[in-house]
Amino acid sequence: MIRRRSHYSAFTLFKEGLLGQVGWQPTWASPEPKPAYDAIVVGGGGHGLATAYYLAKNHGLPNVAVIEKGWLGGGNTGRNTTVVRSNYFYPESVALYDFALRLYEGLSRELNYNIMLSQRGMVVVAHSEFEMEISARLVNAMQINGVDAELFSREQVIEIAPAMNARPDARYPIFGGVWQSRAGVARHDAVAWGYARGASHLGVDIIQNCEVLDFIFEAGRCCGVVTSLGEIRAGRVGLAVAGHSSVLAAKAGFQLPIQSYALQAMVSEPVKPVLDTVVLSLGTGTYVSQSDKGELVFGGGLDRIPSYAQRGNPPLQEQVISGLVEMFPAFGQLKLLRQWAGIVDIVPDSSPIIGPSPLPGLYLNCGWGTGGFKAIPAGGWLLAHLMAIGSHHEISRPFDLGRFTSGRLIDEAAGSGIAH
Amino acid sequence: MRLASFGTAVDSTKPLNFTFDGMACQGLAGDTVASALLAAGVRVVGRSFKYHRPRGIWGHGSEEPNAIFDVSCGIDREPNARGTTTQLSEGLRVRSVNASPNASRDTYGLFDAFARFIPAGFYYKTFMWPDWQRFEPRIRAMAGLGCIDKVWSPKSFSRQVNSTCDVLVVGAGRSGLAAASRAAKDGKSVMIVDEGIEPGGTLLYRSRLIEGVSASDWLCETLIELERRDVRMLSRATAYGVYDHNLVCVSELKGGFAPPDLWRIRTSEIVIATGAIERPLVFPNNDRPGVMSAASALFYLRRYGVRVGERVVIASNNDSTGEIANAFRDAEAKVIEVAAVKDVKGRHGIEAVIDSEGRSIAADALLVSGGFTPTVHLYCQNKGRLRWSESHAAFLPGKPVEGMRVVGSAAGDFGWTVSAAWAAKPGKTRAWIDFQNDVTLKDLAQAARENYRSVEHVKRYTTLGMATDQGKTSNLNGLVAMAALTGRSIAETGTTTYRPPYTPTSLMAFTGVRHGELFNPVRRLALEPEHRAAGAVFREYGGWLRPAAYGSDIQAEALRARETVGIFDGSPLGKIDVIGPDAGALLDFNSYGTISTLRPGRLRYGFMLQETGIVYDDGVIARVDEYRFVVSCSSSHVQGVYQRLEEWRQDQFDPSRVYIHNATPRWATLTVTGPRSRQLLKELDLGLDIGLAELPHMAFVLGSFEGGPARVARVSFSGDLSFEVSVPLSKAVLLFHAMRRASTPLGGILLGLEAMMILRAEKGYIVIGKDTDGLTMPHDLGHTGPRDKRTDEFVGRRALFTDWAMGRDRRQLVGLAVAEGEAALPTGSHGIERVNGKLRSVGYVTSSYFSPTLRRPIALGLIERGAARQGDTVKFQYLGREREATIVAPCFIDPEGTRLHV
Amino acid sequence: MQLISCPFCGLRDETEFRFGAEAGKRRGTASSSAEEWANYLYFQGNPKGQTREIWVHLACGEFFMLERDSMTHEIHQSYCIRKEDQK
Repeated sequence: MIRRRSHYSAFTLFKEGLLGQVGWQPTWASPEPKPAYDAIVVGGGGHGLATAYYLAKNHGLPNVAVIEKGWLGGGNTGRNTTVVRSNYFYPESVALYDFALRLYEGLSRELNYNIMLSQRGMVVVAHSEFEMEISARLVNAMQINGVDAELFSREQVIEIAPAMNARPDARYPIFGGVWQSRAGVARHDAVAWGYARGASHLGVDIIQNCEVLDFIFEAGRCCGVVTSLGEIRAGRVGLAVAGHSSVLAAKAGFQLPIQSYALQAMVSEPVKPVLDTVVLSLGTGTYVSQSDKGELVFGGGLDRIPSYAQRGNPPLQEQVISGLVEMFPAFGQLKLLRQWAGIVDIVPDSSPIIGPSPLPGLYLNCGWGTGGFKAIPAGGWLLAHLMAIGSHHEISRPFDLGRFTSGRLIDEAAGSGIAH
Repeated sequence: MRLASFGTAVDSTKPLNFTFDGMACQGLAGDTVASALLAAGVRVVGRSFKYHRPRGIWGHGSEEPNAIFDVSCGIDREPNARGTTTQLSEGLRVRSVNASPNASRDTYGLFDAFARFIPAGFYYKTFMWPDWQRFEPRIRAMAGLGCIDKVWSPKSFSRQVNSTCDVLVVGAGRSGLAAASRAAKDGKSVMIVDEGIEPGGTLLYRSRLIEGVSASDWLCETLIELERRDVRMLSRATAYGVYDHNLVCVSELKGGFAPPDLWRIRTSEIVIATGAIERPLVFPNNDRPGVMSAASALFYLRRYGVRVGERVVIASNNDSTGEIANAFRDAEAKVIEVAAVKDVKGRHGIEAVIDSEGRSIAADALLVSGGFTPTVHLYCQNKGRLRWSESHAAFLPGKPVEGMRVVGSAAGDFGWTVSAAWAAKPGKTRAWIDFQNDVTLKDLAQAARENYRSVEHVKRYTTLGMATDQGKTSNLNGLVAMAALTGRSIAETGTTTYRPPYTPTSLMAFTGVRHGELFNPVRRLALEPEHRAAGAVFREYGGWLRPAAYGSDIQAEALRARETVGIFDGSPLGKIDVIGPDAGALLDFNSYGTISTLRPGRLRYGFMLQETGIVYDDGVIARVDEYRFVVSCSSSHVQGVYQRLEEWRQDQFDPSRVYIHNATPRWATLTVTGPRSRQLLKELDLGLDIGLAELPHMAFVLGSFEGGPARVARVSFSGDLSFEVSVPLSKAVLLFHAMRRASTPLGGILLGLEAMMILRAEKGYIVIGKDTDGLTMPHDLGHTGPRDKRTDEFVGRRALFTDWAMGRDRRQLVGLAVAEGEAALPTGSHGIERVNGKLRSVGYVTSSYFSPTLRRPIALGLIERGAARQGDTVKFQYLGREREATIVAPCFIDPEGTRLHV
Repeated sequence: MQLISCPFCGLRDETEFRFGAEAGKRRGTASSSAEEWANYLYFQGNPKGQTREIWVHLACGEFFMLERDSMTHEIHQSYCIRKEDQK
């Protein structure tokens, strides 16, 4: 069932301007849940909504429900620092993340919703000779895997981020860095809303404020979910709930190799453009970009205590902000406007888990840790493939849960020196 | 206009000169930028974010949405300073933001005429063709408020103070002071933090009787009483966040441009006495300059003697404004109170107010009070849940949160009766909800229509409450409107999450002294001054600042060490004592190789693995005697090795039978390496025989040096005869000079770490983390013995037998040789092959140098199935250029070890 | 900033501690099956709410048991792991 939707363009915006903006259709429909669907996606974040969209679009399966405990995009999709990139070391990772980036590149037009993809480039700064060697190792790996990458000199880094602390006697002096020009930022909410609109248009039911309490088990299979709005049945259930994956896995009767931590993000007050690219420094432990609105958006490492509380903690805040000001002394003029945290699902090798779960009929998309946003289109595409076909897409196969038994981990931090 | 007879906060004898948008103005000592601008008759102080509407001052505290300025004085500057909380100082330059050339004449002001075409979220619907990036730069240039100086750097640093008290009172108004006074009388230690320039809150400008005395008398007496009871009071201090287990973080402004202090206050009880913030009324054009919070107008009148208008209209939904009307009448203003406002005339300042009957009332100020929003941020940050109170027209704190009490206006005890008069349906003319971000009632209606109905969606889609005022005046009006638009109750609609900080807080408050070296202090060698005097160039290695080289010619340094003798400072190497009857067993369990079979006086090289089978560290373990071992690990792994030894000790062993002690910081280690190293050592008085028979390779002895102990170990990282001499730190300088004296006649030199890296690579000795990565297992490095032969349990053992660990395509340590005359392979080059036309990496170069000993390049690498491929030629790629290299054994000099066993 | 009670040293700031692992696991050995080994090494409950975990107080070096709530950050109790220390 195709639902009506308004076409978005400069022309319709102009027309609605004349008419008082009263003609816009709902971005997505909010129907009551049906008792049964062909497939259910648990989790109305970017990955869940993208999964539903691709189930309908790629596999002709529009009889799908997305079930969200709160509001769409309210988890890590709406809490991350919006960076997209595919600067990965291992071919398996590159295949996954670059696939996502390529989908992102066409997404605004495909969804007819401007996700504000800004491929302004990203530099991972190297602060020593040794880090330059590691950087070269990463750049070569990326180039061999067909991804754009450049090894930047000190001068090139200073040129693209002139506000950086370029003093040779800085605690973390600039030696150069890894540059990916296709990396950048996108508007995180728009990704969720755009996929929601696309999925809803194709007939997917999006159910907000509906919590999954349990699974329906029949003959050792997952046959649906018990929710706060009642039972909803489906032959295939996909799980895309990030930091809460372990909680639902426990209800389904298995464990995952996941530990949940709070990851903080912060924004400053908005100022006129001072930084035109995304900068990550492992030395200072901070990454930063400037939003279109002018706020500096930045973050760093995980809080040190496993937690499900979506709140940040002063020790790490102080460390990350100190790192930011060390890296960009001029940012010391700014004020912190907001600080928040998301619950991220950390896996031992920091690579995602995509594949069938130990419970037949239940499929997993989790373990993205601190880097799920940039993978949303691919995560959705691959989970949809799994749920529709019942077996792995070539790209998702290495990310199966079975890798923990075989020992074949995909540990990017180990390979590239880049923590996630 | 300033009245002579008013103004308790200013000193009329002390004028201060400042400029606003380049125009010279004068204020008084005690003024804020806002009060001075109002006194100077400046009405338009800035422009709104989106439509560039002229805006005037609304409030008088941190809730201010409009009066945002770039202020500067000399080289000091603060972007986005709130005029209401920034104190005036002599020579201050105040510049409106978001306005060009200035606030009253702004080129982008015409945007307002096109507002209908740029509604909420318009950017999601357009700018898609050809792509967003075509449009983005112009939009970015228009966005943002103030400007920062890109070459600015911090000149002073914030003080960060940890403190504790029994009771922390937030807010020094009537309720806060009363609560503090009571707690102090009960003998509790009390602290008060207050945002205001001086304590008192509304007592400073509202007149009422408290306990039979006037507000000002009560305030005065209470403050004296509190001081007498040693209650600590912080003014201009904002409790911006509550964190786990009642930790309150406070930023205290220090005046001028100095960074604020940061207080971390741990307390048993937090009393929230933060008051309430007056809300605007929502009516068409309610954002015009001259429309102002009624309470704020009274504040400016009584505190600064500033009368904001001569012809004042007051509109209110509560009985708080009676006093205000009287005060303005007393100040000889004409005052008219109206029931409701239909519209406002005057673009750059109010000229007339249209009342509900459609009458036009000439006016130059419209004072409004749309009720009060309790300041419950800290309560909500602390997991408090709000409840909607119809009679207060406000969300009030619900169930108490442990360790926290909310009192006074913050708990709904306003002292006024509020009758909610919410906005009607959006009409033709825009009525503002969020002033700074330009969110109107129409935008909310559109969001509702488009199904952005959750409060969080409304916030994100329309940007309601996301400006620098964080929605302090707008959030409630917004969600009430949303409730009406979606047919839900206000309680059901709910609020957005309250996130710290309560007000924007200088980043400098968070950094404290963490700048430069103090950001992450490097570890320094005891001999750093001696190395510097010898011309060392220092670099950081694994957190230690170490001599990289003693001149520019690293090749020559390495070669001299090969030919004569080099002195190398190896002090950061770990020295962890493992002591006790189970010491051998613990080390066996922790190590890849067996340690307990080692004889006293002997050393053994080996790995420690992670449970995943990955090589964690390598090092040399010495057995001192039956019950005593010394573990020498990589300098950057000392803490890690210590911790894992401790962990397994407590987990797997009887902790009373084995102890671990990290002695690294107590010892200095100088290594002498090279064919003449024995000669050098013989010159030192160590009381030892160090001949080959007495001290063979991988043996060690205890001697003495200058009255202290000395440990001499025959262990080599260069492939040459080497002795590691360790002495207590106090003897380090003596040892250094003794060695240098002895080395000069032998032609010896000081050896930096860079040259040492070449020497060890020539020999094929690896550096963990450089020549290994997070997938490397010991058998990848050619060490298969323990894996194949050990039958006892050790850390990581099982992981060496997973499918993947036993796989065929593992990357293994190899040597790499390039053709005669070619340059060295750059480190980080990847070996490549083409499979079905597709390029893939088969591993990479981990270390690469020109060997001064062999006079040709050498390299180490991790290459797939490398061990079995010696002699194969592999293509390498580096930044697009291809090279070839031949796989060889990872040992380039003296594979038989004849240089070692001398 | 949480306050955690070390059974040996008392209440200290969280920065003095390091999370070890969930309690109750048995270390795998060479005779473990691949699944058992993976379960020991990687898989865990990661509960939301009540947890029982092994922590180490970096200042004194002692590992101990900590019961807390991963959602509310309430600390319920901490105690020594070994019986002979629980006096």
